[in-house]
Amino acid sequence: MASLLFYLLAATALLATLLCITRRSPVHAVIFLINAFFALALMFYLLGAPLIAAWEVIVYAGAIMVLFLFVIMTLDLSPDSQRPALSRGQWAPVLLLFLLLLVSAGLILTFDPASQASVPLFYASPRSFGAALFDRYGLAVEIVSFQLLFAAVGAYYLGRRRKARQAEESS
Amino acid sequence: MNLWRDIKGTFQPFWVTLRYLFKRPVTISYPEQKRTPPPRYRARMILTRDPEGEERCVACHLCSAACPVDCISMQAAEREDGRRQAAWFRINFARCIYCGLCAEACPTMAIQMSPEYELGNRDPLKLVWEKEDLLVDHGGKDPNYHFYRHSGIGVAAPRGGNDDELPPVNIKTNLP
Amino acid sequence: MNDLLLTGLLILIKLGMVLAVLLSMAAYLVLAERKILGRMQRRYGPNRVGFGGMLQPLADLIKLLTKEDFIPAQADKWLFMLAPGLAAVTALLAFAVVPFAPPLEIFGRQLPMVVCDLNVGILYFFGLSSLAVYGVALGGWASNSKYALLGALRAMGQMLSYELAMGLSIVPVILMARSFSLTEIVQAQASAPFALCNPVAFGIFFISALAESKRTPFDLPEAENELVAGYHTEYSGMRFGLFFVGEYLNLVVLGAIITSLFLGGWHGPFLPPIIWFLGKVLAVAFVFIWIRGTLPRLRYDQLMAFGWKILVPLALVNLLVTGGVLLWLGGAS
Repeated sequence: MASLLFYLLAATALLATLLCITRRSPVHAVIFLINAFFALALMFYLLGAPLIAAWEVIVYAGAIMVLFLFVIMTLDLSPDSQRPALSRGQWAPVLLLFLLLLVSAGLILTFDPASQASVPLFYASPRSFGAALFDRYGLAVEIVSFQLLFAAVGAYYLGRRRKARQAEESS
Repeated sequence: MNLWRDIKGTFQPFWVTLRYLFKRPVTISYPEQKRTPPPRYRARMILTRDPEGEERCVACHLCSAACPVDCISMQAAEREDGRRQAAWFRINFARCIYCGLCAEACPTMAIQMSPEYELGNRDPLKLVWEKEDLLVDHGGKDPNYHFYRHSGIGVAAPRGGNDDELPPVNIKTNLP
Repeated sequence: MNDLLLTGLLILIKLGMVLAVLLSMAAYLVLAERKILGRMQRRYGPNRVGFGGMLQPLADLIKLLTKEDFIPAQADKWLFMLAPGLAAVTALLAFAVVPFAPPLEIFGRQLPMVVCDLNVGILYFFGLSSLAVYGVALGGWASNSKYALLGALRAMGQMLSYELAMGLSIVPVILMARSFSLTEIVQAQASAPFALCNPVAFGIFFISALAESKRTPFDLPEAENELVAGYHTEYSGMRFGLFFVGEYLNLVVLGAIITSLFLGGWHGPFLPPIIWFLGKVLAVAFVFIWIRGTLPRLRYDQLMAFGWKILVPLALVNLLVTGGVLLWLGGAS
């Protein structure tokens, strides 16, 4: 039952992602992406991580995608204002990336690391998840959050300076 | 202080609305409770009669000319004794805007506004009122006014025979 | 086998009752809102259908069902048809994690009086409330009308901003209850409701809940005098009805969530728990209506400034203080 549900969800996620990158209308693409996030969240729930599932929905589907939608709606991107299909020269890197992906997928499938390291099924309840995150990996969490803060401040700084320079040039 | 004023301005209205919640509504629930409009209220028109019980309307078409929405129409006719009246007189209340210009225009005070306001109807054609529907048995706002007692052709009294009327001018002579 | 059947039957009965009560509460809240607003403005409100207007929701339903379901020519048809359902369903589903009474003992088995006791219940509610914006946003965008689009944009900006303050105001509650599950949060309030322990969080959550449900003074997405009807300008018939139902379901659900998080859920003296729960929910709904009858609408920049410059910093400071106090208390004991 659970495995059937898992494959159903995996198929949904794959299909939704495929539809997302092939739609002409950006709003439709965002909707399919949200769909994919949903399938992913349900998969996390099936794998025994309800907290991750909830965050997937709240953060990705509920906040980031709303921002995407907001920007798309304010820009009013109609399907015809998008760029035409790839030119012939652009196909080479696409093929290269695809081959790379294929090879790495094949490597993973042949070595099958999941079968070697027998990880016990970990029920990621909020309590145990929080304990693991802030006890065992506390330092890592702090470093990552500081890096995110640096990135945010840096982005703000760069944007600010360019604006000031523009103001100088214009005056 | 500004902040204090803002806080007061935010929370005082709640007390006002809560108080009003328990006050009696001022609504008049219409079909059960009916307001009596003032006597000079402008609702549907009536065709009044003079003190002698005759129709006041002399079919002069002034009301029909004054009407901004052209809802009044009539056909003039003359009785054997020479008195003019309407052969038929029609007001389309579906078009009427109850402005009262017809009543102001009327020289004989025949057409007057009445306070009867319940004209609602599901069939617009039933809002076309004929002379028989419009005629009433009283004189309206000025019951003693009698047009033919003040002027007009010699129907009620011989020409120049009314109290406030001068005898007709003899156009055949130059003498005063 | 027989045992399983009985359990399944009991659960089905529970689900049916919850659904019926929820929907009829939403329907009668519409009537209650119209009546209360009317009395606050010294009029009667709807009083024609049934005894004192008690059948008004039914009349509204018949009117909405028999009206033409109009789809604008340039609209995105599928999204236009889908969006109202999304708005109603997210509101309906959010009630699933709210415990409305202590577990009931029937036929020798415990029947939990909550549709689904998730251990991340509060996050589930939070996720659904963040998804509720899609119904509004997609409905407004798919209508292909400037008013609807502006309403949708406002709704998105507003709900995204106030969600942050809402989430931050929930964290102190989670700290105090030491659980994400709403059942455990309610049980933690057996002695005193959290609204008394942490009134600041309660205030922030209440204001954010007003903004989340797009009610006055934060009803900018459907500001009548500038945007016609905002995001549902182009909707008619039962699709409009679904938006409407969603809005009032949201009112019930937010009342239930506020009750569970801050007002002690079904705890209360003398009366049975379910009465306490319903009474608290209705009291919260009345305060929502009261606010609508009293306060005017904010300007959009005021709304954003209030959310980001006052509510979010306040919620952060409150979180810090609550955490510190709890740590101190925990260290002392």
